[in-house]
Amino acid sequence: MTKRFALGIFEDEDVLLHAVENIRGAGVKIYEVFTPFPIHGMDDALGIERSRLPIAAFFYGMTGLAFALWMQIYMLGFDWPMIIGGKPHIALPAFIPVSFELTVFFTCHGMVITFYTISKLYPRWKTPVLDVRSTDDKFVVAIELNENSDLNGLTKLLRENGASEVNEKEMTKN
Amino acid sequence: MQHVSAVREPLVTGGKTYHDVTVDVCRQVEAKPNVRWMAALSVALFFLGIFLYSVYRTLWYGIGEWGLNKTVGWAWDITNFVWWVGIGHAGTLISAVLLLFRQKWRSSINRAAEAMTIFAVICAAMFPVLHMGRPWLAYWVFPLQNTFGSLWANFNSPLLWDVFAISTYFTVSLVFWYTGLVPDFATIRDRAKGPIAKVAYSLLSMGWTGSAKHWSRYETVSLILAGVSTPLVLSVHTIVSMDFATSVVPGWHTTIFPPYFVAGAIFSGFAMVLTLMLITRVVFKLEDYITLEHIALMNKIMMITGSIVGVAYITEFFIAWYSQVEFEQYAFINRATGPYWWAYAAMMTCNVITPQLVWIRKVRYSIPLTFVLSIIVNIGMWFERFVIIVTSLHRDYLPSSWVMFSPTRIDIGIYVGTLGLFFTLFLLFAKFFPVINMAEVKTILKYTVDNGPTYTGVDPHAHAPHQTTTHGVPATAPVNYNKHD
Repeated sequence: MTKRFALGIFEDEDVLLHAVENIRGAGVKIYEVFTPFPIHGMDDALGIERSRLPIAAFFYGMTGLAFALWMQIYMLGFDWPMIIGGKPHIALPAFIPVSFELTVFFTCHGMVITFYTISKLYPRWKTPVLDVRSTDDKFVVAIELNENSDLNGLTKLLRENGASEVNEKEMTKN
Repeated sequence: MQHVSAVREPLVTGGKTYHDVTVDVCRQVEAKPNVRWMAALSVALFFLGIFLYSVYRTLWYGIGEWGLNKTVGWAWDITNFVWWVGIGHAGTLISAVLLLFRQKWRSSINRAAEAMTIFAVICAAMFPVLHMGRPWLAYWVFPLQNTFGSLWANFNSPLLWDVFAISTYFTVSLVFWYTGLVPDFATIRDRAKGPIAKVAYSLLSMGWTGSAKHWSRYETVSLILAGVSTPLVLSVHTIVSMDFATSVVPGWHTTIFPPYFVAGAIFSGFAMVLTLMLITRVVFKLEDYITLEHIALMNKIMMITGSIVGVAYITEFFIAWYSQVEFEQYAFINRATGPYWWAYAAMMTCNVITPQLVWIRKVRYSIPLTFVLSIIVNIGMWFERFVIIVTSLHRDYLPSSWVMFSPTRIDIGIYVGTLGLFFTLFLLFAKFFPVINMAEVKTILKYTVDNGPTYTGVDPHAHAPHQTTTHGVPATAPVNYNKHD
């Protein structure tokens, strides 16, 4: 499916932040903002909800902890109990290091896998981008166009809010 | 918005713009390999060859190729293992602990330091795996239901804790590093001219486009990863120290080991970071990003952790005397005055005395002196592990078993070989990956330009989330930020 976009190119992140607020204030829907680095305040300006990844991370961590404790208690306490140094079969203090490490392991990998999955980040042969300068030094506001869009009005709005140039671009998205 | 101090040194010098950062960091990646890099890689590959030969001898003829004997069952292998793991710790400290403490200066060194962590852990892992004698059965360390016997792994053993600690540490560091690299790979991808580079960096960049939503999640992920990596890095060397501390060998059986080992790890790690950074900044012309201020700050951390290590050495001696255990006392007297006195003297001089020179401002800011100092610290920390391991073992409870340890050519070959492995990996990283975290440096750039920030634009409170009505806010925000065009 081919989509058309109006791209407002900005030179400075503070100008961009205001522009985003103003554009949204004017009732125009922003498709996406592309920036070379994270900008503080952009989440609020765009109305992006706070990520629930930390909650997911907590549950991954708890899963790891539960798994580690179950594994150690089951293996050494029930499946094949052995006397090691005359100590109890279930020697909880000795299980702390492995339990801690597996908690961290599950938290980290669970969260990172979730991050890549929900963000649809995976290796691709070709990566289409709307403006290649957005990974270098330009800040790009993309507004999706349809047959009813007023391109001149959008251009004026972007220009008034500090865009150094406004381009139109088509992109095929699968 | 941040408060900008008028008295602090700028983090990035040379009045760089965002585009300058991209160009300066990508230059090395995009250029053809130069002669100096090729020469360095050849030397590293030569040592890698020595490594492969020594590994071949070890595997073909067995552990008898090493200088170990019945009394000294652990020597260079475990010394090198602890040395390499310790070196790795500085990378995680810079990338995780300093992130939580909001030390912005870490931005320009964290990438290379994390790479160092990963390569150091790879080198470290070689030693226990080779010491197994049959590394193809290395998976036996994991708790697998046994078709191999009737037993599970012993979770009471600190050596098994080590398996979990090192594997977790390695994989967590790897994904932390890689996730940080993704946006920078995207930058290289979008600049790439050649078809191979385009495809390669497209694959590496995982389709990153820098959209606001991705950045938002990316920042959350970084913060949580830093949060879990901080206790992780402390736990890893704690567990390494427990390999010794939970034993009953005099000289090892001490409760001070975990904090003492962690401090020593950070100490040696920062020394290695300094060694690498001092070379990297000159070879890749990154003096504006890795400034004298960075070097001075790293020197300070090195000196502080070195002093902690010094206090630990003295405490150990005190406790040996205070405990009234004669074996413990003998172990320590033997360390300082026995046949290995020279190793002990090297450790004390390199780790406790020389780092104190950093108190002098001139030394802290001197590149040649820092370089020499960082090498001395690395040598000292190697001797520390050698002293702890070999001097505690070589004279045990039974005087008829007392022996001396001497390494064989294969012992030496594996050690210098891992240096070759390390530098091969680091040189490949430095050529094909961005050595500085571009995205992160760009975030601190505006507040750290040479003559201080001149941005006097909009009142930061105007960014409050509910203030989306446009009335009252000027259509074009007044920007006086001087970009030094």
